[in-house]
Amino acid sequence: MEIQKEQNGNALTLKIVGRLDAGSAPELSKELTTALDGVTDLTFDFAELKYIASAGLRVLLVAQKRMKKQGAMKLINVSEAVMEVLDMTGFSNLLTVA
Amino acid sequence: MEKITVDALVENLQTVIDFATEKLEARDCPMKTSMQLELVVEEIFVNIASYAYHPEIGAATFCMEFEENPSAVKMTFIDGGKPYNPLEKDDPDTTLELEDRDIGGLGIFLVKKNVDEISYEYADGKNILRMKKFF
Repeated sequence: MEIQKEQNGNALTLKIVGRLDAGSAPELSKELTTALDGVTDLTFDFAELKYIASAGLRVLLVAQKRMKKQGAMKLINVSEAVMEVLDMTGFSNLLTVA
Repeated sequence: MEKITVDALVENLQTVIDFATEKLEARDCPMKTSMQLELVVEEIFVNIASYAYHPEIGAATFCMEFEENPSAVKMTFIDGGKPYNPLEKDDPDTTLELEDRDIGGLGIFLVKKNVDEISYEYADGKNILRMKKFF
């Protein structure tokens, strides 16, 4: 997994490339602990996210809970395979998928 | 039957996934099914790696067997860790609001959603989880 960051003032876009699995989720989790400071508008660009497992969902849930307090979060360019996992777990109702 | 045994460590997840996807590809398993099974393999293996032997390290064995007419794959995970039946875990309530959702139980829930049959047995000091999926 690779994380590409693009920051514009209080808006942060994180493009996640590759797989968000049990091996890579801790890296994203660690990144978010500091990257979200002062961010009011968080976007996850999943155009190149091929795969997500429960470890990745957990990181998204924690991020969503934090962003609810300090701003807004959305997912963009979600692939069919990733969307299926979001739907199955009810996460598509908890998260904003644009 | 084809099988692989590795130390149950998250570092070995990719080895087990590669083993599974290679066998599925060789059997012309559709891409979508293959991705669902990849998720199943990950969730079970990571559970074993995280809890079965903690804080020790032990082995996990993954077996695959194929059937024809109709096409199906049988997958079995075996570990010698603490007795644990993941099927006894309550499914998460997927209708809850954000504040009330917690992060547990999602993995095994995804497993159950993505296989057609699943059963657990504890025998000879081993956890044995058997699954089957048609494709």
